[in-house]
Amino acid sequence: MRYDAPLSLTRRSVLTAGALTVAFAFVSRAFGQPTALAESQSSLKNTPWLDAWIRVDGDGHITVFTGKAELGQGIRTALTQVAAEELDVSPSGIELITADTWRTPDEGLTAGSHSMQDSGTAIRNAAANVRMRLTEAAAAAWGTSAAAIATTGDGHLGHRDGRRVSYGELARTLSLHVAALADVPLRDPAQFRTVGTPLPRLDIPAKLTGESAFLSDLRPPGMLHARVVRGPSEGTRLQSPDVAAVRARPGVVNVIQAGSFIAVVAEHEWTAITAMRDLERTPAVRSAPVTLSDDLFAGLQRLPAQEIPVLDTHGEAAIAVRAVTARYTRPWLSHGSIGPSCALAHFDGTVMTLWTHSQGIFNVRRFVAELLSLAPQNVHVIHAEGAGCYGQNGADDVAADAAFIAKAMPGRPIRLQWMREQEFGWEPLGPAMATELEAALDANQRIVSWRHEIWSNRHNNRPQSAGAVWIGGELEPAFRPQQGAPIPMPEGDGHRNSNPLYTLPNMHVVYHYLPDMPLRVSALRSLGAHVNVFSIECMMDELAKAGEVDPLALRLAHMQDERAVAVMQKAAERFGWSTRLPGDGRRGCGMGFARYKNIGAYCAIVMEIDLERTTGRIAMRRIVAAVDVGLAVNPDGVRNQIEGGIIQSLSWTSGEAVTFDHNGRTSLNWGSYPILRFADVPDSIDVFIVDRPHMPFLGVAEAAQGPTAAALGNALADAGIRLRDMPFSPQRVKAALSANRTPI
Amino acid sequence: MKARLSTLNVNGADHRVTADPSTPLLYVLRNDLRLNGAKYGCGLGQCGSCTVQVDGAAVFSCLIPVAAVQGRRVRTVEGLGTAAKPGILQQAFAIEQAAQCGYCTAGMIMRAQALLDQTPAPTDAMIRAQMQPNLCRCGTQLRVLRAVHRAVEMLRRQSAHAHSGP
Ligand code: FES
Ligand code: FES
Repeated sequence: MRYDAPLSLTRRSVLTAGALTVAFAFVSRAFGQPTALAESQSSLKNTPWLDAWIRVDGDGHITVFTGKAELGQGIRTALTQVAAEELDVSPSGIELITADTWRTPDEGLTAGSHSMQDSGTAIRNAAANVRMRLTEAAAAAWGTSAAAIATTGDGHLGHRDGRRVSYGELARTLSLHVAALADVPLRDPAQFRTVGTPLPRLDIPAKLTGESAFLSDLRPPGMLHARVVRGPSEGTRLQSPDVAAVRARPGVVNVIQAGSFIAVVAEHEWTAITAMRDLERTPAVRSAPVTLSDDLFAGLQRLPAQEIPVLDTHGEAAIAVRAVTARYTRPWLSHGSIGPSCALAHFDGTVMTLWTHSQGIFNVRRFVAELLSLAPQNVHVIHAEGAGCYGQNGADDVAADAAFIAKAMPGRPIRLQWMREQEFGWEPLGPAMATELEAALDANQRIVSWRHEIWSNRHNNRPQSAGAVWIGGELEPAFRPQQGAPIPMPEGDGHRNSNPLYTLPNMHVVYHYLPDMPLRVSALRSLGAHVNVFSIECMMDELAKAGEVDPLALRLAHMQDERAVAVMQKAAERFGWSTRLPGDGRRGCGMGFARYKNIGAYCAIVMEIDLERTTGRIAMRRIVAAVDVGLAVNPDGVRNQIEGGIIQSLSWTSGEAVTFDHNGRTSLNWGSYPILRFADVPDSIDVFIVDRPHMPFLGVAEAAQGPTAAALGNALADAGIRLRDMPFSPQRVKAALSANRTPI
Repeated sequence: MKARLSTLNVNGADHRVTADPSTPLLYVLRNDLRLNGAKYGCGLGQCGSCTVQVDGAAVFSCLIPVAAVQGRRVRTVEGLGTAAKPGILQQAFAIEQAAQCGYCTAGMIMRAQALLDQTPAPTDAMIRAQMQPNLCRCGTQLRVLRAVHRAVEMLRRQSAHAHSGP
């Protein structure tokens, strides 16, 4: 990825560079309704014009536009493959432009494993439309039927009689400013040249060699470095920073103060950091009351709740002979991005140009426009890569901070990065959750009833207005806080994946939605699915144990979805589930399964662990995963995402918890918030893909989070101890071991 | 603190920079020399995303002041190769696709390079132990390990090839 001269990208240069048709494509949306498109054709519904997605220049250069952003998940490569496939050109012949409010369609957030469904499906269908139009144009030029013409794989169309014409030549007289038609034939998977191959990630070479790849690598001329000055964590404020002394320091260009917002701006980054440190040398006071309790389950249950029913089914069932009740909890988690959030902002007096690694650039445009009283069209937001975010970290907040500083200093590009402790202290956290499940078996090991209750804040607090980013509350007068509501099912929020995919009678599932947030929270990879799948899949094993039936057999006996059965069987077979040795107080094997949101990817995880009884450490041995993501565009990309998801979920589940005391958060660096290191990663992870070339894309990024947590809990139970509260820290493992004195 | 002129040897070339001598090397590399490889992750020596080599050893560039590297050889990931002509370890990382967001990756490569420079045929345990200071939140650790093993193998073949020559 290159950002050679980003600051020259003024509004005028965008238009003269030939993007006029694209801009037109957006404004003319109101003037006519295109053909209705199938629901599955996703982002094309909102942006139907072909030239909003694909442009073919007279010289054959192809530009593809997506409103989604590269977050390190490999979407740039996968979308390029999709476009290349349907246009039948080499991936190297495609230039892909990602999330940019002046150039690309508004596809909302890059989140929720939606990119392939939304953008991949849109680009695939738009490209098929373009291919069809090129073919028709060639047919008209040659006076033959389109049926005699086919693409050649190298940017040309060829006639049976040997005539050839390039896409570029055809494009010179062809307008793509037309609405996409529904149901245009897609290329036959049997003919695929690019999709389904492990094309090496296009962004990786630059990242391995130090070429410009990240937002933090942008250094426009005249750039200044900024740091914000805040208390140690949310809910605190610095008492009396000595602003005058710092303002006078050599190298400090500006100290910006507005309400309780303070930022220092300097020529050199280190000057900005030392100035910030000096300003922090004053006591912090609490600006908000602490409402946290030590007992997580009780604490969450005590908060006022709104009941959101998820399932209430009643059916014939035999008499229950055994019931199991269990409570599961997860503490607050940090996103833990390796790079603290960063933004670059430049205000030229009229237009604010803002580079951000936010997952929602159109939201950024919205709240920055409101914050700075600018017209939205004068806020140009461009996505540039940051460190992986795994949900809403400090990206949106830091973008607002940077834009505010830049507005106060027109003409100077402002680079702002939060410090490590600011990211830990101020980013929205992944919400704590508690669940209570109760299920019963009949005499034939059939599940006859199922109750699942969830206590959780909403997980979606993506800022759309100025009151939802920190600075909006610090200015005087403060902007009104954003009101929010949980994402409804089928996607779900705290209740995501709380509706089991299993076929069960008498299901009662309810989300006790907690509107009051003791700590600021927002989306963390997979939202409530991590805890709900953990709860459901642990309960399956608890029932299997109570009924003395094999955990896989119990699952399969209650599953009617064939694709689910296929991934469970695949993972079990590759793992050697049927020949595994029984848990012996040290070794344990366990499995977990879910279909993400019940509408996304299928994922089954089987793992083997060793319990180190003297230290309480869990040694992760062997992990086998099987996934069905529909059409797998880039199999290695899928495996990379699943492997990473597994390791991250192991880290969350086995070791992570945000700590706090009455003054605020106390997890402020990697010492007080340890995550999995090399010594703790599993010996091996093998990911098997059940490929479905004729099925739609299902997305992949979050599929492993819940099943991994459950597999770990179940492997631990097989080894002798059932833990229901995350994290499974060595202390908890040891306490459980001494409590049940399992014989070795 | 007053800015001072100092000479830094980075990737084999001398550079004259004017900086406060207490400035951590990281900021001089990134801002004065415009090298992107070393990244700010924590500034505390806890994550390794800023790892570079100083006289061959892996160091946290976020901790070492620029004054302390005067007269010593600094190597960053840019010194190993380019996207067009990658070094062995960079090739191995590319083959294994050992990155997701890639923010930690240059630091991973430099820490592994420091091991390979010293121990051409490290064991798996040695590689894991060497990499322990570096964090990856995306979960690429197993790919990183595979990439280092692959580089070891590529180096072994290379030297076998060199020795079998006339
Ligand atoms: S930035 Fe140097 S160790 Fe984290
Ligand atoms: S690849 Fe993202 S932190 Fe390592």
